[in-house]
Amino acid sequence: MELTLWTYEGPPHVGAMRIATSMEGVHYVLHAPQGDTYADLLFTMIERRDRRPPVTYTTFQARDLGGDTADLVIRTLRDAVDRFRPEALLVGESCTAELIQDQPGALAAGMDLGVPMVNLELPAYSKKENWGAAETFYQLVRGLLKEQVPPPGSPKPSLDRWRVEGRRPRVNLLGPSLLGFRCRDDVREITRLLAEHGIDVAVVAPLGARPADLRRIPTADANVCLYPEVAGTVCGWLERSFGQPVVRTVPIGIGATAEFLRELHALLGLELPVELEAGADGTSEAERRSRLPWYSKSVDSTYLTGKRVFIFGDATHAVAAARVASRELGFEVVGLGSYSREQAREVRAAAKELGLEALISDDYLAVEKAMAEAAPELVLGTQMERHSAKRLGIPCAVISAPLHVQDVPARYSPQMGWEGANVLFDTWVHPLMMGLEEHLIGMFRHDFEFVDGHRSHLGDGAPSVSPTADAVHEGAASQGAAAVALVEAPAAVAGEPLWTADGEAELHKIPFFVRGKVRRNTEAFARERGLAEISAETLYDAKAHFSR
Amino acid sequence: MGVSAPPLPSSPADGLPELLRESGQREVFCGLTSIVWLHRRMPDAFFLVVGSRTCAHLIQSAAGVMIFAEPRFGTAILGEKDLAGLADANEELDRLVKDLLERRPEIRTLFLVGSCPSEVIKLDLAKAAERLSTQLHGRVRVLNYSGSGIETTFTQGEDNALLALLPLMPASDEEQLLIVGTLADAVEDRVRLIFERLGIPTVRSLPPRRSTELPPIGRGTRVLLAQPFLSATARALQHRGATLLSAPYPFGVEGSRDWMAAAAAAFGVSPERVSEVLDPLVERGRLALESHRQVLAGKRLFLLPDSQLEIPLARFLARECGMELVEVGVPYLDRQLMAADLALLPAGTQLSEGQDVERQLDRVRAARPDLVLCGLGLANPLEAEGIATKWSIELVFSPIHGCDQAGDLAELFARPLRRRALLQLS
Repeated sequence: MELTLWTYEGPPHVGAMRIATSMEGVHYVLHAPQGDTYADLLFTMIERRDRRPPVTYTTFQARDLGGDTADLVIRTLRDAVDRFRPEALLVGESCTAELIQDQPGALAAGMDLGVPMVNLELPAYSKKENWGAAETFYQLVRGLLKEQVPPPGSPKPSLDRWRVEGRRPRVNLLGPSLLGFRCRDDVREITRLLAEHGIDVAVVAPLGARPADLRRIPTADANVCLYPEVAGTVCGWLERSFGQPVVRTVPIGIGATAEFLRELHALLGLELPVELEAGADGTSEAERRSRLPWYSKSVDSTYLTGKRVFIFGDATHAVAAARVASRELGFEVVGLGSYSREQAREVRAAAKELGLEALISDDYLAVEKAMAEAAPELVLGTQMERHSAKRLGIPCAVISAPLHVQDVPARYSPQMGWEGANVLFDTWVHPLMMGLEEHLIGMFRHDFEFVDGHRSHLGDGAPSVSPTADAVHEGAASQGAAAVALVEAPAAVAGEPLWTADGEAELHKIPFFVRGKVRRNTEAFARERGLAEISAETLYDAKAHFSR
Repeated sequence: MGVSAPPLPSSPADGLPELLRESGQREVFCGLTSIVWLHRRMPDAFFLVVGSRTCAHLIQSAAGVMIFAEPRFGTAILGEKDLAGLADANEELDRLVKDLLERRPEIRTLFLVGSCPSEVIKLDLAKAAERLSTQLHGRVRVLNYSGSGIETTFTQGEDNALLALLPLMPASDEEQLLIVGTLADAVEDRVRLIFERLGIPTVRSLPPRRSTELPPIGRGTRVLLAQPFLSATARALQHRGATLLSAPYPFGVEGSRDWMAAAAAAFGVSPERVSEVLDPLVERGRLALESHRQVLAGKRLFLLPDSQLEIPLARFLARECGMELVEVGVPYLDRQLMAADLALLPAGTQLSEGQDVERQLDRVRAARPDLVLCGLGLANPLEAEGIATKWSIELVFSPIHGCDQAGDLAELFARPLRRRALLQLS
């Protein structure tokens, strides 16, 4: 048993859902108890999708356990295939179903459903979400491609096959998925970047792909493993089975993007363009397409030098962030870690380069402890680190999943490529200015404007609220809060209605961000009626009067 | 109303068509979700789920957008070792609880919350709670309830949590009115004030705001349910000698008035006094309702099962806001606790119990209602199909009880319709 206040990853079947929902034409039948459909909300609310995830749950209840749950699985499979007519079917279990061992995959295999089917074995008590996603993606690709695999000993395709065939080189972008961090815009950024260098994209998967697209994967000259947590396994298998080389540099940050392009050019036998060669100052022409290098060099950034930063996330984003922080922003990385045990080696190597010991843990409390001990000035982490950072009063920016709704923004916000670097600069520096302001507040506590809890530069920021959490006050912007607080004090003007004690008490039960409005409305109401005082009843009279 | 009355015939009330009973995929939350509001109602309590990573993921997906300096809930995640042998599960739990309490010494009540995995492997959390309570006597009370999906649907988690508190309620035959079910603080104050004006001497609430300040219970207690999902708690309170008052639930002007009047009658308050106190509230509530009624009247409403609030809400929206009811779905139907509201539903209302979500959505699409009350897993997809929705969870997170909140409650339903009229994006 393990005490978890926050978990970095969901169970493995959520990873499988991410694959199914990212794709088109794939359906997932999940043997799971009533209630596990909560996972739909990850997609409809956090990812804000306009469709239900292609997942049918058996949703068994206690009373079903007395009967034949296997029969329930069979009925559910048949109904799902009849209704959704998928091009490929995933069948699996959630943690509770794993305990009752109905073997839904085996049942489906015996049913002759007339559709390619992948039986998912995802051990829910030892593995987690990313592993589940990687395994599902691998099993699905393998299932769909196994007939295409050349016999052992076949020659590997040559690197300049594209030249021989008289076409532009093309690559697959593997790994982007829903609930991954900024995958939507990373794909767009990298596709554009590759196009600038005359490289086409054959298949993007799983995000947006159909099973038929997966069958085209071997037609590409190389695979770009954008998200090793999801696509590492499948890229390895494709390399072994089809001889497809893999680009493993993840293009997050200026240096990594340039390195990614150089690696890809070498792999494809493309001549390295002059603009990717480093100039006299060590910067290549291509790098100037991002504003990060100049912003970081400009004097306003001098105060960033040596800022102590603690980094935690999935391995890919944590390692990339460490490089950007230390080399491109001039921070001092004082802690580096990841919850991705599968990529622990890469994180350890990156930490060693920075003279650190990597923290490989999925224990939120251990991360919080390490954070407290490192005493950073900035935390780059996941949604979970925002909790610890709040507790410790440290500015924080999110660099990796797990994420919440505010990290699936409407605006273009990649992490990868040149534009991604611009986004990183803004995102990471933003909370730091807040930190500076907090210091001033700490020094001078008697200020009339910059009072406790005030964050002047966040005044225009969107409130970070989810639809679930902000149930009562849809759309109430936090920006009004400070203003409301300032107009709180009742003005004792002659002839104005006075608040009675019970009226005032009632008013203070109104949430603070609407309290100002209620106060104004009530006073206007009382004035209109010539009332001398405002009681709790007056407040409710006014509330009813203004109700619309 | 006696809850031990004989079962009613299959038609839930006169004038209503036969109940549609369905089984199939259910798109509902499990009872663990109740933690999301109970942790705020009783800030001195901690909710420790004993379950899997799925359970942990559920709660943080729901509540994790709020940033907690001090989390008030967590999960003891079962590992393969725990599944292999049950022998050391108790030791493991003791160790975990000890760690937790060291970090959070201010916790006064610890709920061990059962989940599907813990129920399936038959981990005896009740015994564990007893053992830990003895060990921690005088510092922390350890209780147990199940919020598993196999046994509970959404708000039923609160029912079970209150049931777990019951043995700790002191016995007293003192005359009192006990309001049972979570109310927003401001609503609770308001309701108490009105009962005071009616001359009811002692009014208490379950759950209390502090987990250690439990109301007493005994033969002098008259119970008024503020929420319709408290079947088990209501029955258990009766076993402790309390009388259960029968009333519609306090949604809208009419329901709230009847609800308060039922309590007044039980305490022998004269009808004149009741009118004197409540009539102004009713009048004001109607005024507040008016502008929303203009939006809602004549609109066709389809309610999907979620929280058990569906029947009283449908009653309010039909009778006070003029909505037409296409179908009223409930996760389960407790006819006795629902009797007063069922009797007020318009004749011909189609009720459904349970769910086969695909078939129910077929009915939604065929009926093209003006508004669908549904969960967040369905809301955006239905909106994308051009069907206006009101997401249902909001109703358990909003102050909606009482005459003075009738306008606010109606607004929750009018708002999505107003918004659709307002947006000009095509």
